[in-house]
Amino acid sequence: METVAAVDTVIEAVDIYKSFGRVDVLRGVSLSVRRREIVGLVGDNGAGKSTLLKILSGVESCDSGEIRVGGQPVNIRTPDDAHAHGVETVYQDLALAPHLDVAANLFLGRETPRSGVLGKLGFIDKKAMQIACEEDLHLLGLRVRKNLATARVESLSGGQQQAVAVARAITWGRRLLILDEPTAALGVRETKQVLDTVRRVRDERDLSVLIVTHDLPSALRICDRVVVLRLGRDAADFDARAVSIDQLVGTITGVYGGAGERDAGLREDEL
Amino acid sequence: MTEAATPLPRARALVTIARERSGQGLIFVVLLGLFLLFSVMRPSQFPTAFNLRSLGLSASVIALLAVGQTFVIIGGGIDLSVGSVLVFSGVVAAKAINGLGAATSLGAIVLVGTVVGLGAGASWGAVNGFLAVRGGIPDFIVTLGTFGMAYGLAAVITGGSDITTPLKLTTKLGNGNAFGVPWLLLIALVAAIVMQVVLTATRFGRYTYAVGSNREAGRRVGVKVDRQRISLYMISGGLAGLGGFLALALYNNTTIGAHGNDNLVVIAAVVIGGTSLFGGTGSVLGTIAGVLVPVVLQNGFVIVGVPTFWQPVAIGAVLIAAVYIDGRRRTAAR
Repeated sequence: METVAAVDTVIEAVDIYKSFGRVDVLRGVSLSVRRREIVGLVGDNGAGKSTLLKILSGVESCDSGEIRVGGQPVNIRTPDDAHAHGVETVYQDLALAPHLDVAANLFLGRETPRSGVLGKLGFIDKKAMQIACEEDLHLLGLRVRKNLATARVESLSGGQQQAVAVARAITWGRRLLILDEPTAALGVRETKQVLDTVRRVRDERDLSVLIVTHDLPSALRICDRVVVLRLGRDAADFDARAVSIDQLVGTITGVYGGAGERDAGLREDEL
Repeated sequence: MTEAATPLPRARALVTIARERSGQGLIFVVLLGLFLLFSVMRPSQFPTAFNLRSLGLSASVIALLAVGQTFVIIGGGIDLSVGSVLVFSGVVAAKAINGLGAATSLGAIVLVGTVVGLGAGASWGAVNGFLAVRGGIPDFIVTLGTFGMAYGLAAVITGGSDITTPLKLTTKLGNGNAFGVPWLLLIALVAAIVMQVVLTATRFGRYTYAVGSNREAGRRVGVKVDRQRISLYMISGGLAGLGGFLALALYNNTTIGAHGNDNLVVIAAVVIGGTSLFGGTGSVLGTIAGVLVPVVLQNGFVIVGVPTFWQPVAIGAVLIAAVYIDGRRRTAAR
């Protein structure tokens, strides 16, 4: 892997280890995402994709290793920490509260306070949040129906719910969007919509994107780079234009190392 | 809510909240229907100031417990300990009051009783919350355990017999009026209104719905889920404790044996009021209606001459119907 000028690197995970009990899930994985880059993270079940994602999102913390934002080492121990560093995640299960309306979900955990004393007392400005929510959805082209902001999330279709989760991440994300299996539960048309939106905001809002996915064709179509995770390490790093699906599959399953193989010495016997 | 909002749209908004947020519009219709029915059947007995006053008094203590229970259930939990927490807090408050000496002013008695009652109740709530949230023990079991413990300890403290409290507490507060309205009813109303506002207009209220709707989602957006849930049990315990002190004022003694069913009555009221047992939805407004329906039925049956044994039969049917309607609504939402 070529070295990257620190100034251009939005976020880096360096030599991350994580075990759950006696299971070593991450065994020294490193990953970096550059400015305005869309990186795909692929790998077999159990390769450690979700764990790495959770560490970057602050849902889990790593046992050792370092996360750098803009070249500076940072502590990301809680989702709040991740948010503070401009990292937003769209979880596979979307992490929406179904009984709350769209605006409430968009602002959940970051409610706009009322002005003055009422705000200090914990009163929230629902009207302002509704208006801001409508504007955000409109800007993103995600306003799938009228008065969406006040619709309960449980009344929306799966695709619409995903749009809400994506909108929330884009609205708050300043540096990096992490998408966990964004296309797993979607139809072909909805998948395309989500991917188009991601491309567009990358350009419009100067964001970087990390996509965790099983969907290799989509990954190759949308990503600039594809990183393969295998047995808790980054096994390979491909230019998405220069790699075939066969090559990816081979690297994921360990049948053969592709051109971008980081570490040909990743030996089964060492595991 | 903007400053320009006129009363009419605001009232309409309240109705919308009641209907959309909990699917509970029906219970207000039922309550109003019962009220009109008994009024028409016994116009000289049912809708009188005297009768309404006694209705309000019998509802007020239960209403306090039900308001707290509403928060717990919206947050996805349940609190079976409330009746015993009421008894325990009442006993501790009675001990504190009786320790003050005969010459103590009513104001001091009320202050001490309120603080001790609230404190004792909130402490039980903290125990419930801590064990259920941090200990990972199902709250159904935790609060069943503290239900027994709080009741048992109350009996241990008093040696099993009830403690009498100063008479002036009962004459002035328990049976007393403020502006022509019974004090207890006024206190319950203020508590209900304050808690409804907290639920709908504050961050705390929103997080209450959020932890009941999808706990993990709350955690992932940075809501302090554990702290929120523990506070809900503390609110329930605290209001039960306040109820314990007010019950002293109402009955003039600790009524240790009289609250074994309070938890079931309260949970039924909350559910009848449209709060989902599965969490994430509900309102204090609905709960108040859910408290009043059984009280009005009981009272109306007595006045009309229907044997009061029919009241639990009717309430049971209403309860089952309420859960049925909630289930239908939940299915429709999918």
